[in-house]
Amino acid sequence: MRRREFLTLSAASIGGVLICSLDREVFRLSAQANQSIRIPLRFFSQAEALIIAAASSRIFPSDETGPGAREAGVAVYIDRQLAGPWGRDRYRYTRVPFEENAPAEFGYQGKATPQQIYRQGLKDLKGFDRLGPREQDQKLKQIETTLFFSLLRQNTIEGMFCDPMHGGNIDMVGWQLIGFPGPRMSNYDDVDKHFGQAFRPKPTSLRDVTGHKVRPSEELE
Amino acid sequence: MKTLPSTDAVIVGGGWTGLLMAKELGSRTALSVVVLERGGPRKTDDYGEDMDELDYAIRLRMMQDASRETVTLRHTPSQHALPLRQHGAFLPGSGIGGAGEHWNGEFPRMLPDCFELLSRSIERYGSKRLPEDHAIQDWGITYDELEPHYTRTDLLLGISGKAGNIRGKQIEGGNVFEGWRSAEYPTPPTKIPYFSALFRDAAKALGYHPYPIPAATTSQAYTNPDGVVRAACMYCGFCERFGCMIGAKAQPTNTLLPVIQKRKNVSIRTGAWVRRIVHDTSQSGGRARGVSYVDASGEEVFQPAELVFLASWTLNNTRLLLLSQVGEPYNPASGKGTLGRNLTHQVHFPAATAFFDEPLNRFMGSGASGVCIGDLDGDLFDHRRIPFLRGGILLALSLGFRPIGNFGVVPQAVKAKWGSEWKKAALHYYDRTGSIVFHGEHLAYRGNYMDLDPVYKDHFGDPLLRFTLDWRENELRMAEFATAKAVEIAREMGANEVTPFPGLRGYDATRSQSTHIQGGTIMGSSLDCSVVNPYLQHWQISNLFVLGGSAFPQNSSANPTPTILALTYRTADAIVNRYLKSPAALA
Repeated sequence: MRRREFLTLSAASIGGVLICSLDREVFRLSAQANQSIRIPLRFFSQAEALIIAAASSRIFPSDETGPGAREAGVAVYIDRQLAGPWGRDRYRYTRVPFEENAPAEFGYQGKATPQQIYRQGLKDLKGFDRLGPREQDQKLKQIETTLFFSLLRQNTIEGMFCDPMHGGNIDMVGWQLIGFPGPRMSNYDDVDKHFGQAFRPKPTSLRDVTGHKVRPSEELE
Repeated sequence: MKTLPSTDAVIVGGGWTGLLMAKELGSRTALSVVVLERGGPRKTDDYGEDMDELDYAIRLRMMQDASRETVTLRHTPSQHALPLRQHGAFLPGSGIGGAGEHWNGEFPRMLPDCFELLSRSIERYGSKRLPEDHAIQDWGITYDELEPHYTRTDLLLGISGKAGNIRGKQIEGGNVFEGWRSAEYPTPPTKIPYFSALFRDAAKALGYHPYPIPAATTSQAYTNPDGVVRAACMYCGFCERFGCMIGAKAQPTNTLLPVIQKRKNVSIRTGAWVRRIVHDTSQSGGRARGVSYVDASGEEVFQPAELVFLASWTLNNTRLLLLSQVGEPYNPASGKGTLGRNLTHQVHFPAATAFFDEPLNRFMGSGASGVCIGDLDGDLFDHRRIPFLRGGILLALSLGFRPIGNFGVVPQAVKAKWGSEWKKAALHYYDRTGSIVFHGEHLAYRGNYMDLDPVYKDHFGDPLLRFTLDWRENELRMAEFATAKAVEIAREMGANEVTPFPGLRGYDATRSQSTHIQGGTIMGSSLDCSVVNPYLQHWQISNLFVLGGSAFPQNSSANPTPTILALTYRTADAIVNRYLKSPAALA
């Protein structure tokens, strides 16, 4: 999918386009949000994926300022992260005793893994994807202070701006929004120029730069 | 336990200090040297694929595996400590090169009076002015003694910068407040990106003395005295938490490893997790016999050695001595014991976050490209009428903005944290935001120290290291002072909105600060108040040396690596020139 087509699509697509990724090859399916779509999910059930797609789209909406979580494939990104080592707490210290109510400055001290936090959080969002935007926002406001919501918000930002190899930021839509060029081997000639003027080289992905596929961490172990 | 053939020297840890010692001993002597690194192997050209913010800067692929070992934290001795279950405030490295692979490469020297902090402070302000529970000390060496070794480290790494004081002669454009240098920097300063240039001009207009940050991200191709060639920095902006894909940022793997690999008398074993220093102790002192470790296959191994070096960073240096029962653990109630005392963490925060009308193109830069001011550092201003001692530097770094870590910073007037209103503001300000950062001195206090945790264990069942650590009045007041100054500069830079730092509260293990944790095995001029002598040699065990920031009696505003490397050079000289001829106490 080329950039021009993408922009046309996104303008017409608010609330309607789901982006999927099969076997690491990115492509698009256009559909109504409430239709069932065959997505190769690694962690979420179909119903859960639709809820996460809807919720991340309220956090980072597709609106007059440009595309959002829906076009970037944030739900697919989160699905992969949860299925990978991060979702299983592979690198977190998980020895007992846990102290669930520790002060914030000690960091998250609970027992639940990201997978468990999402599963639990999703229970409170049953039917979320079928609500209207206003009701959706109200629902999210009710859970705004939960750990689940803070993870979802952080993961949404990650899915907007990660390298496309992780399943989000499809077509580098997130990077185009903010003018980030991705990995760029040399800024030597530009770093002390363009003062006060936006300098926006065309984004490239890690795969573009290296010339081959790089294995992302969610596919390790 | 399997016992290996004895080696002349065993070095625990394959980061900056361990590999520098290995290079020096390997090149200047015929000693057989074994480096034991518990992380994985790395090569000079390992970083071709690492420009991925998510895996490296967010998921922290290069750091220690916290699931196996972390530290615990409490603020006061009356609390029970909790483990830092994931990295936050600081980022311990792992694998060959250690934290020296993922660093930013800022390379400042300490001010001369830092090494005599106690005596100079008393001299100027009297002992009553020092905080009641302070534990600050002199280092047992002076800046003048260390200067030649600082210069060697500049040459080793090809540091880029502009001298402000060559043999006492002040030079405009450099840091006119710095200690004397015997020579200009080996390479010229890095390029100065827009945000840093705005800071430079504003600081100058306000009467400060801005200068380019000394950088290990070298400004031009450089060949060091060992014949190691490194490329010039391309300002890609992937330094901190990454290895440099072109080798322009000096790292142990591109600066030391190429020399070590040519030495047949040095061998490196990775996946070697040292658990104990094996030693004989008696009334009159003691002797290290070697170290025991678990190798990559899980087998327990004893490596006998004539000389033992701990070079495993502040935390593990301290922990290995505690676990091995070498020396007397510090007791804050009685003040007895020295091992674990003087835990400090450089005072580090974004003093002023500035929002501009114009785009800044902040994706371009390097870990150390930027401008700073030293006018508010150390004792360079009169502290008689202000409520704290010492100070720090304000920096405008252009280290390469990446989106996951930086998206979403908006002016205080925007209350939303998600949704359309937030998105609109966050998109607008994404490339119009910059922070003036403060690096300040952290004094040592009797109540800030390390010992072994009674509850939490590592994956082998050994106790974790425990921090008892909190900020004191001196840091809180210093932070307020620095914040006010930074806000003034931000406004002068033309910022339309400025968010001041809200102030230090309890030590926050989740706020990313710096990996500049020091103390635990501090150096000093007498065994009553320190763990190692000024040659980093253990007071009780003369064939045991403890290298690294664990030797710092207190923390400076200057980032630690230059001082750590200079001290390592000085120790290597003392070993080669004196100890090997007559193995005994060097001080």
